[in-house]
Amino acid sequence: MMGELPIRRLIEACAATVAAHVEELTALDQAIGDGDHGLNMQRGLKAVAEAAEEIAALPFGKALHKAGMTLVMKVGGASGPLYGSLFMAMGKAGDEAPAAPARLAEVFAAGVEAVKARGKSDAGAKTMLDVLVPVQAALAEGGDIAAVRAAADGGLAATGPLRATKGRAAFLGERSIGHLDPGARSSALLVHAVCDVLEEE
Amino acid sequence: MTDTVSIVIVSHSADVAKGAADMVRQMVGDEVRVAFCGGNGEGGLGTDVAAILAAIESVYTPKGVAVLVDLGGAETNSEMAIEMLADGRGDNVRICNAPIVEGAVMAATEAAGGAALPVVCATAEDFQA
Repeated sequence: MMGELPIRRLIEACAATVAAHVEELTALDQAIGDGDHGLNMQRGLKAVAEAAEEIAALPFGKALHKAGMTLVMKVGGASGPLYGSLFMAMGKAGDEAPAAPARLAEVFAAGVEAVKARGKSDAGAKTMLDVLVPVQAALAEGGDIAAVRAAADGGLAATGPLRATKGRAAFLGERSIGHLDPGARSSALLVHAVCDVLEEE
Repeated sequence: MTDTVSIVIVSHSADVAKGAADMVRQMVGDEVRVAFCGGNGEGGLGTDVAAILAAIESVYTPKGVAVLVDLGGAETNSEMAIEMLADGRGDNVRICNAPIVEGAVMAATEAAGGAALPVVCATAEDFQA
């Protein structure tokens, strides 16, 4: 399944899915946030895509770190440091592309822990962690691509009934209930994009 | 001139950041170095790690820098910028858990008296309107 990861195609797939869903992310964020998540993510992923050639030429760990740093500098809004920390910590945890799914689970776990630390949060607060944590659990259990996709979808759906306790949505209290979290949605989009590329391999 | 703790103001809005800095200036004049930034770098609302980093560096002193932020992303991006400061300078930079305008004015007033960074931050954080 793993082998040499097609970094360039992964970047392009992530940028494409975010670009295709900008309006949906904007609408979700307008409902319970400040409405900038779609455009922020698009700007960040576009910057990563523009640097794709340079990033793909780097060793795995450095490539992830550079992609993460690009998101930190370009996204604006809290999702820049949050997604940036995810990728930078993964790059730090894995110098080389994970050769086995178990190793991928470890590297991804390091990224998820960094998001928790950066956001001072965890699953259950109606954030991107509600997707990332179940995806990490699926990887740790040795789940296949279908299991990873299901974990992302399940985590995203679960944010609907949750009351937000982190981020701008927390200001809404009870009124945040009944809306999907935009950060969880963008995380699910990225997980599916990565799965798409790996399935084509 | 005695070294004082510097103040950095980080808002989602360039207008709010500048307005808060103006209020600080009115209180402390040029006794305290003040930098501010706001907006996403494209003229919209938001915060920009590169701009925050530049603001901190423009007034950095080993005596310390107190950073006042508004909503969530400003705090997260400021934490990121502080970690990116080279040569351990981040150890001398702290985000005050205080309202951005009142906190900036209180922090600057305390800083003008020569107080150390923890005292400056505590003064801003203890302030009750």
